[in-house]
Amino acid sequence: MIKVENLKKAFGTKYAVNGVSFAVERGEVLGFLGPNGAGKSTTMRMIMGFIPPTEGKISVGGFDMVENPIPGKRLMGYLPENAPAYTDMTVHGFLGFAAELRGLSGEAKKKAIGGAVEMCFLESVLHQSVDTLSKGYRHRTSLAQALLHDPDILILDEPTDGLDPNQKHEIRTLIRRMGETKVIIFSTHILEEVEAVCSRAIIIDRGQIVANGTPRELKARSENAGAVTISLLGAAAREVTGKLSALSAVKEIKVVADEGARLVLRCIANKDQVNGAFSRAIAELAQRESWRLEELRVEEGKLDDVFRSITLPETQTGATQ
Amino acid sequence: MSAWNNVKAIAKRELGAYFSSPVAYVFIVIFLLLAGFFTFNVGQFFQIGEASLLPFFYWHPWLYLFLVPAVGMRLWSEERRQGTMELLLTMPITTWQAILGKFLASWAFLAIALLLTFPIVITVNYLGDPDNGIILSGYIGSLLLAGAYLAISSMTSAMTRNQVVSFIVSVVICLFLIIVGYGPVTDLLTSWGSPALVDTIASFSVITHFDPFQKGLIDLRDIVFFLSIIMFALFTTGVIIRAHRAG
Repeated sequence: MIKVENLKKAFGTKYAVNGVSFAVERGEVLGFLGPNGAGKSTTMRMIMGFIPPTEGKISVGGFDMVENPIPGKRLMGYLPENAPAYTDMTVHGFLGFAAELRGLSGEAKKKAIGGAVEMCFLESVLHQSVDTLSKGYRHRTSLAQALLHDPDILILDEPTDGLDPNQKHEIRTLIRRMGETKVIIFSTHILEEVEAVCSRAIIIDRGQIVANGTPRELKARSENAGAVTISLLGAAAREVTGKLSALSAVKEIKVVADEGARLVLRCIANKDQVNGAFSRAIAELAQRESWRLEELRVEEGKLDDVFRSITLPETQTGATQ
Repeated sequence: MSAWNNVKAIAKRELGAYFSSPVAYVFIVIFLLLAGFFTFNVGQFFQIGEASLLPFFYWHPWLYLFLVPAVGMRLWSEERRQGTMELLLTMPITTWQAILGKFLASWAFLAIALLLTFPIVITVNYLGDPDNGIILSGYIGSLLLAGAYLAISSMTSAMTRNQVVSFIVSVVICLFLIIVGYGPVTDLLTSWGSPALVDTIASFSVITHFDPFQKGLIDLRDIVFFLSIIMFALFTTGVIIRAHRAG
């Protein structure tokens, strides 16, 4: 549905987006991750046809967004960063205005507003002026505007920014549900959100895609991914470490905590380990040695670690330049 | 005609925005008070002893100089400040539809304010026997004049997110369009340059083109003059908005 090829955007001499390419199909929820100023919003604005790219091609539903943006815009709903809305209007008036610009009138308009209001829980503030709304309601008003015409594609720039945990949960549920039949691209800083909602994530740093994959794939890039953490009661660190390192599969052992009575170790596997075999080997060893095993856990890896390892070194070199 | 529907939807919203805030009412009251003040005190409506609205229309270029930019200054700068511009321009509409819709709404607002001066028409008709054709022509000219100022304000408003800057710049531009044709200034210029040159310069002035309307002359050239200012300024608005988006 959306195809972006070698997208570039220069502001002055600085490239905010520098050669971004990806494609999204129906049924995908694509998460955009990246540090502040990485070019997430700029990319979204270019997809929406709001700012023209310096270079590259964007096609939405087969329509070129540079040459002929109107048909493409019809397919999309957009929540801009900071969720703007006309503050001098009521929620109902604002949604009515958006519906009219979407070419809806009469019964269809009423139905569209009703649906969006219900989805975003706006009934109680429907006739309130936007500038009297709390941040959460205002945010959802802007979101309702994007959902109004039941678009095939939703582009959401930080849809959960500034919401309380309950509201965040509601929005995530909404995104997940709609993601089954639509194309959704959303940006966020919150990594747990990516795990909870996305079918695929793209990490952007300094205008370029540095990682692109399912949340599971990304997590597997973490150094701790596949590691086994064990927690033992009443065992000596030296002895246990010695036994464990005798296993051929173990590459490295880290002592996470040694509280005397309780010992927590993290065993990192050699690269060639097949799923499950590594943890099984450790479990068998523990049984043989009759260690008092409190816990044995296979680490999934943390998206945080991956995110940091991918984006941090570059940001640091950037700062010293 | 979806294009026209879009223009209509935007104009409706914009006009609603004027009346949903006290600014509209404050503006109308100030406009009517000042119009009255200029007509009766400065223009000496009664003392002249003529059944015409000449003292009323005569001051419109000066009255609009401050009031029209006050109406137009928020057109685009407010959109930029609130970030709604991104919302508006990612809707399936063209930039031109948005520009036109907003312009028409604020022009309609000024037309409403102007129409509310109707008591003076009634007054002059009660007191004497004026030529109402001339009065109608004056109103048409006044509305075109307001439109020209407004389009200029729309242009300056697109330049900045700061309404005050937008206001000042458009006042300066409108002032320029007045003084190049204002009697005392043209007299001064005549003492320096050839009359042909002065005439050429003065032909850019709104005064030169507003004058005939007050006398009941609706000349196509004057209408074209005002409409071309409007079109030029609105076109420039589009260029500025496009340039801003391009970064």
